[in-house]
Amino acid sequence: MQGMIVHELRQVWDEFIRAFAHLLPRLLVILIIAAVGWLVAYLLKILVRNFLRLVKFDRLSERAGAAQLLDTAALPSATELLSQLVFWLAWLVFVLVGINALGTAGVQEHISAFLRFLPRVLVALAILFFGILAANFFSRAALLAAVNSNSPSPQLLSDATRVIIIVLAISMAFEELGLAQKTVLIAFSIVFGALMLGLAIAFGLGGRDLARRFLEKRFSERTPRKAKEDELSPL
Amino acid sequence: MAEEDILSDELLRQLISVGEVDILVGLHTYNDAKTIGHVVQVIREGLLRYFPRERAAILNADGGSADNTPELVQAASISDARQASTLHTLRTLHCISSRYAGHPSAGKAMHTIVAAADLLRAKACAVIAPRSSEIVPEWMDRLLRPIYRDHFDYVTPVYQRHHFEGILVTNLMYPMVRAAYGIPICEPRPGEFGFSDRLAGHLLGEDVWSQDVGRSGPEVIITMSALAGGYRMYQSFLGPKGHVEQQSSDLVHALRQTVAPLFWSLAKDYASWSAVREAQAVPTLGPNFLVTMDSARLDRKRLHHMFCSGVVDLEPVLKSILTPPTLAALQRIAATDEHRFDYSDELWVKAVYEFAASYHKSVISRDHIIQALAPLYRGRVYAFLEQNLNASEQELEHNLEVLCQTFERLKPYLLERWAGQEGSS
Repeated sequence: MQGMIVHELRQVWDEFIRAFAHLLPRLLVILIIAAVGWLVAYLLKILVRNFLRLVKFDRLSERAGAAQLLDTAALPSATELLSQLVFWLAWLVFVLVGINALGTAGVQEHISAFLRFLPRVLVALAILFFGILAANFFSRAALLAAVNSNSPSPQLLSDATRVIIIVLAISMAFEELGLAQKTVLIAFSIVFGALMLGLAIAFGLGGRDLARRFLEKRFSERTPRKAKEDELSPL
Repeated sequence: MAEEDILSDELLRQLISVGEVDILVGLHTYNDAKTIGHVVQVIREGLLRYFPRERAAILNADGGSADNTPELVQAASISDARQASTLHTLRTLHCISSRYAGHPSAGKAMHTIVAAADLLRAKACAVIAPRSSEIVPEWMDRLLRPIYRDHFDYVTPVYQRHHFEGILVTNLMYPMVRAAYGIPICEPRPGEFGFSDRLAGHLLGEDVWSQDVGRSGPEVIITMSALAGGYRMYQSFLGPKGHVEQQSSDLVHALRQTVAPLFWSLAKDYASWSAVREAQAVPTLGPNFLVTMDSARLDRKRLHHMFCSGVVDLEPVLKSILTPPTLAALQRIAATDEHRFDYSDELWVKAVYEFAASYHKSVISRDHIIQALAPLYRGRVYAFLEQNLNASEQELEHNLEVLCQTFERLKPYLLERWAGQEGSS
């Protein structure tokens, strides 16, 4: 009985040793790939950071208003953020390739699916980034135009412009990720419909007098013309 | 754009048939049928009276007028002038009308005129604004003679204005150009001006015509190029400036035509103006300051309101352009009522200098920087009107001189901001 137990234990131990001996080289390969990947990712990060500094990417993001946004969110500068992103993405790819070397069928499938998905994540991030840049630029343009034309509620107009563009960018990013295929269409329809309805109501209520004056002027020559307010010529 | 690209084949053919000229008068038009006939007749009369022996030509660069402006130019150039019986020319006075390609643009028209002047080897060229209804034949003499006879390179006008007209010129353009370059040019954005063949050659070599500022504000760019290039300057008094209705009252448009090219030129020619320490006088024919004191209807309340609301609404934009002390000072003024409004010369000058430095550094879109200046300018106009509402001509001149001296005194501050150091409040 005792001999049988010892025999079984020895057999299990031998199997464990065999399995470990079989796994050990693969673990070493993973570690080596991860270490090489870290080095490559680090070099890539330095390369990207220097390139972005060379093309003054921080200045560009500052001009587009992204720097203020990052600052508000307590995030590092655009250059630092992008180079960090490149580092982590590159290293993640190497680690996944290493895990892939284990040869486990289920894991392999998931990893290859993830690697196929990765470019779409990058495109979605790019869409989001440029969407935020565009939102800042156009909201500032709307603010300036509204202030200089003495329009009421310039802040509201500026914020509305920003929200519309960001909603559109987020929808497009989701669409790229395949998370919400019809979001763009629906979001756009809702926002555009709301905007048009808002404008129709605004013109309907606020523009009654203007429309009446226009029609009177157009169809009745008897309406006396009001004296024009003099303006100073700046030049 | 190269010279051969800006001159169309048809225009080249016409220019070649004219041959070399001594004097060229350029007109940049776009739907100016109301005034152009009179302007061309007066130009013709001026050329016949003051330059009867010289080979002269009139060139009309048109932006595609739909009101027959080019035809009217041609008709006016061959019609009998009133004094035709007393005026004789020894040579044929040519008149060329050409439509340049693309959208109407002052820059393209000016580029065409400069390129044509260079091609025709004109010793002197004058540019006349097509809506200058006050034009008299003497303008030809006053703009062209200093170049043709006395070898000056650039002649700018001095106008008689209403005392509250042209505040952008008197409160920003003139004092800033004077402080930066040390040369007091009364009209840095001249409606009418003259230039020499040397300056034309220099201008054609400059990479300005393809830039946005070169297209929208070529007059300022030409003035700045002449100043930076050390060309010989001259000023001629031309009389009254056109009435307010003929001028653009769109402030942002006016800022794009004037302040944007000024800031752009300062960035381009930093080396030439940053070292200037002493001012030098410009020879001037006639008075260099003359205003009319007629009354004018002014909406000061609106100016005050637009300044105050602009400073409040544009806070996030102004934050990236101005230093914290300057922004705080402006916000303090915007929070006070009309009776305690105190927008000092020094604050205005510092704000303008900080805008120029931010434009140079492109802290945000350059066009947005120019647009953000509009509310601050309105505040300045309000302060200027308050200060000078009952001022005599002498008091007005004195107040403007004090402003100019403030611009000059604070030039080190501009250089400091330009270099990116933190300025003191």
